[in-house]
Amino acid sequence: MAMSELWIHPSVILLVGALLVPFVRGKARSALLLGIPLLAFARIASLAHGTFGTVQFLDWTLTFGRVDKLSQVFGYIMGLMCVLGSFYGMHVKRAADHSAAWCYVAGSLGVIYAGDYLVLFLFWELMAFSSVFLIWLRGSKTSQGTGYRYLMVHVVGGLCLLGGIILRYQATGGDYSFGLVDVAHPDLSTWLILIGFLLNAAVPPFHGWLPDAYSGATVTGSVFLCAFTTKTAIYALCRGFAGMEILLPLGVIMAIYGVVYAVLENDSRKLLAYHIISQVGYMVAGVGIGTQMAINGACAHAFAHILYKGLLFMGTGSVLMMTGKSKFTELGGLYKKMPWAFAFTLIGGLSISAFPLFSGFVSKSMIVAAGFEEHKNTWAFLLMLASAGTFLHTGLKVPYFIWFGKNNCSKETWDLAKDPPWNMIAAMAIMSFFCIFIGCYTPYLYQMLPHQPVDYHPYTAYHVSETLQILLFTAVGFFLFVKKLVPTPTISLDVDWLYRMSGRAVRWIATKPLQAVDTWVSEGYRVFGLVWLVVSAKASAAFDWNVIDGVVDGLARTVRSSGDRIRHLQTAQLQVNLFSAVAMMVVLLIFVMVSLR
Amino acid sequence: MIIIALIEFLKKHLRLVIWICAILLALLVVGDFFLVDKEHAHTKPEHWLGFWSGFGFIACLLIIFVSKWYGHLGIMKREDYYGDE
Repeated sequence: MAMSELWIHPSVILLVGALLVPFVRGKARSALLLGIPLLAFARIASLAHGTFGTVQFLDWTLTFGRVDKLSQVFGYIMGLMCVLGSFYGMHVKRAADHSAAWCYVAGSLGVIYAGDYLVLFLFWELMAFSSVFLIWLRGSKTSQGTGYRYLMVHVVGGLCLLGGIILRYQATGGDYSFGLVDVAHPDLSTWLILIGFLLNAAVPPFHGWLPDAYSGATVTGSVFLCAFTTKTAIYALCRGFAGMEILLPLGVIMAIYGVVYAVLENDSRKLLAYHIISQVGYMVAGVGIGTQMAINGACAHAFAHILYKGLLFMGTGSVLMMTGKSKFTELGGLYKKMPWAFAFTLIGGLSISAFPLFSGFVSKSMIVAAGFEEHKNTWAFLLMLASAGTFLHTGLKVPYFIWFGKNNCSKETWDLAKDPPWNMIAAMAIMSFFCIFIGCYTPYLYQMLPHQPVDYHPYTAYHVSETLQILLFTAVGFFLFVKKLVPTPTISLDVDWLYRMSGRAVRWIATKPLQAVDTWVSEGYRVFGLVWLVVSAKASAAFDWNVIDGVVDGLARTVRSSGDRIRHLQTAQLQVNLFSAVAMMVVLLIFVMVSLR
Repeated sequence: MIIIALIEFLKKHLRLVIWICAILLALLVVGDFFLVDKEHAHTKPEHWLGFWSGFGFIACLLIIFVSKWYGHLGIMKREDYYGDE
């Protein structure tokens, strides 16, 4: 491509689309919802390798378009997921759902093609601030709080990232390019940037936002959320932190952590969210191993994961949409009512469990094999153990307790249950096709991986036999101990407890101790004032009434009552302001990006 | 609907299905021991009869029981634990 030609960033197509959606209705809306993502996907597929889209801004040269093997495999799958996610959500009438989703995908693609930390940060924030609307738009009693917690955590993560970028800029004398850092000698800036990335990858202890938010988002919102934030972070880790040793143990801890919480979980979408943590753990471990095979494995697994996890959220999402329920204790026995949703969810479950002929089999094993190849046997065995847990929950528990098992449906739920609209079924069918296609025809995925040639063959007799034994004997364990696994109507405390309770602690301090001090002071004045200070009693009382009460009680009363009032009055205003800010940002971005070369 | 018909058929012949599954599992373990080339095994125990079968089964039990134990340490709470925020 000649340098004088305009270089169209795929994100621009989505951002323009996001602005158009509210103004288009009826058939034209449907065409737009299919056309814009397809156009963006086509643009991604047509990108030539090289560096494009550079802009001079003050003293800095910003790079919007670094296109190479690594950015292309992630760009490709994000584009494909956007097409299928938009198709799945085509029946949604409200324009904001589509606009928010596309801005979010545009943010992800912006990060993936960013050549420097400044552009990366810009799109990193666009992702956070647009995706929060996918939670708020659910409009349930709890979604405001969930959205604010999500935003708060991501703002803190973004600040860490920004701090790291600034420190790095100073320490290196003006280097802000985004590439592999010196992973053997990390300094403070490296750690801060890493924490920013790890927070979005939901690595414990920075993971509490994920199950909280993804189980609370809209049906289509969760389908988008489950794909982009964590896997964009995996891209950033592959690019910047390949071979950073601490990531291997962290990844393995993640893989097991998610599995443990999935045992306890009663909400089907929250269970899937915990399995995102578990699966992303494999990818983080792959980045930690850092060899060419491990990085290939991390990319392949991210690719496969986006498709099967999207499919799983589509399946459970259709149950939620049709019945209004997502908890196992309120579902069960639905196979007669929702057979298609069952079949597709099962395909997603077999894919995530890495059954031979399904996508997870050809991707997950690459990471584990890379671990064994580097003689990290203990870690690799632990990853194998976690994969038993994956099948136990996503392959067995989810389908069993929604479509079989004890029928816990109320009459209303049972009557409402039926397969979802055609577009949702068709989207799930296409996703299922990809899950099986990737598992059966390995060159499709392997040719896209960053390190070529890919010298890995998943279909050896040994590997197939090993996998089948682990999975099928896990199934034996499941059916023998199924009574132990019957879900209970409980929630499980996780690290989000810390910030959910700290807000409560502030309110408690405002009410209890401050009020106690106030009562104590008043009481003191009353008792001692009468005995010792008869003369000045009036003055004291006046002081008490006007000053102490004014300060102490007034403060307590204000915090206590207005805390609630401000929350409800100002949240609406704050949301509107945030919406305007994001819209402004989108318009500005379009202006900057349409002139890219 | 073919999916429903298939499920009903399997449910009707549940005992037979379980027997067939058990035989297939036994064949898998035996076949793995005698037929599969273990040249690429990473460690010695992988050469034992039914190593990965035992691994899968024990992994499954460990995950169930350790998680349940952990959950009962006070991690599992009533659904209204956080109130309605």
